[in-house]
Amino acid sequence: MGGHIVVAGASLGGLRAAEQLRAAGWTGGITVIGDEPHRPYNRPPLSKEVLAGKASFASLAFTPKASAADVEWRLGTRVTAARLAERAVELHDGSVLSYDGLVVATGMRPRRLRCPGPLAGRHTVRMIDDAQVLRDELTRPGVRVVVVGAGFIGCEVAATAVGLGAAEVTVVDPLPLPMVGPLGEMLARVLLARHEERGVSFVLGSGVTGFEGDDRVTGVVLSDGSVLPADVVVESVGSLANTEWLDGNGLDLSDGVLTDQHLRVGGRPEVVAVGDVARFPNPRYDGVPRRVEHWSMPADSAKHAAKVLVGGDAGVAPFAPLPTFWSDQHDFRLQSFGAPVLGLGDVRVLDGDPSGDVLVGYHRDGRLVGVVALGGPSAARAAARYRADLLKQPALTS
Amino acid sequence: MKVVVDMNKCQDHGQCVFAAPDVFRMDDDGRLAYVPDPDGALRDEVEEAADVCPLQAIRIED
Ligand SMILES: Cc1cc2nc3c(=O)[nH]c(=O)nc-3n(C[C@H](O)[C@H](O)[C@H](O)COP(=O)(O)OP(=O)(O)OC[C@H]3O[C@@H](n4cnc5c(N)ncnc54)[C@H](O)[C@@H]3O)c2cc1C
Repeated sequence: MGGHIVVAGASLGGLRAAEQLRAAGWTGGITVIGDEPHRPYNRPPLSKEVLAGKASFASLAFTPKASAADVEWRLGTRVTAARLAERAVELHDGSVLSYDGLVVATGMRPRRLRCPGPLAGRHTVRMIDDAQVLRDELTRPGVRVVVVGAGFIGCEVAATAVGLGAAEVTVVDPLPLPMVGPLGEMLARVLLARHEERGVSFVLGSGVTGFEGDDRVTGVVLSDGSVLPADVVVESVGSLANTEWLDGNGLDLSDGVLTDQHLRVGGRPEVVAVGDVARFPNPRYDGVPRRVEHWSMPADSAKHAAKVLVGGDAGVAPFAPLPTFWSDQHDFRLQSFGAPVLGLGDVRVLDGDPSGDVLVGYHRDGRLVGVVALGGPSAARAAARYRADLLKQPALTS
Repeated sequence: MKVVVDMNKCQDHGQCVFAAPDVFRMDDDGRLAYVPDPDGALRDEVEEAADVCPLQAIRIED
């Protein structure tokens, strides 16, 4: 098959898209455009092994498959606009690249706190370069660290900072418990206790209204007016989709790029989206379009999107992935299958005990929609059993 | 086909076991065990396993 496919975004989603286009039989040209100067690399270690000094940057780079050897990589190159009607994208150097197929794989960037105070000493963790700079800061003797945001990445960073021997590590969040949004109250309470036992402090139910310091952060001002002293601040308050370059094409970009059940964008058969940036309906659940920011999603979605882009949708079942994610914090691991967030109203212990290894089940209308394992091999084994059940369930929408 | 797992990288996530159960398994202690020279017919499964490894610890050599 001839022609040219442009992939915008050169991270896991962009890499897997290029590989899966070849696997789907595309023999035409493929150009992957990424604004980072680096080849695709693995992000999860950025908040864990990289910060801890246990992984070199070289070890994070993905090794592309041989089938993708002739893909053209244009790194350090930003896509600034798309003209979908003309099948062309504009690049930051002013050049225009036309395509026969387009893959949207531009992912997310960290949301920043917009409140007064100095910027120096405030960090986010998304890119390899961020993690390197933060690592140097966290290893300063006697460092006091404040993490804003008690989600997965915030809690991972806090755990890593404690492991590095930081003098004080405090996590601030307006919500009453860490990770409570995606995991629910039961597990959030268990996780709070485990973090506290290992030396992380929490200030919960409290927002951040500003930062103190002249040239550099010295403290974090909380909504009750009190101030937490801080040498380093990590902002981990969610992410925003990189979709501005798609503006002006009449697309729904309200939270990522909306796709149909085959990951196609804007009703166009020649444009698909993959990875964190794609907001797609999942017929496995309620068919409501959602973004899923899990590591497994770029590969799953790239496989489906590439097949449909190259061969069309005839006979192809709708994209219906089983979401899965993990999170490593201190000496424990969380492993999730399915969509726990859809079953927060009915949470039951399925195996083990919250004081040790435990497997928690999330139900909607009495039906299991997700499981989360906390702990070692026994929890992982139990989760694997339930994963098989979750996979076998018929779709909720059909 | 030869399969090599970098056991220094492996963190026992077990995703490869889901993708290629005939080649990878977790032992009773939750550690990865695998067949280093699986049948060539299992190639797709093993490639899938290599893709889904969060540590990218699995390599296929011909
Ligand atoms: C610190 C951290 C820890 C994580 N830990 C876990 C974990 O433990 N478990 C888990 O399941 N998931 C984890 N994740 C999530 C996982 O890494 C993501 O789901 C995955 O990286 C998404 O890949 P992607 O290719 O869709 O997007 P991204 O990785 O965001 O890549 C998008 C790429 O596109 C580029 N780009 C953006 N706009 C443009 C443009 N206009 N032109 C050109 N290029 C552009 C970006 O610079 C970026 O390189 C973690 C993420 C982070 C940041």
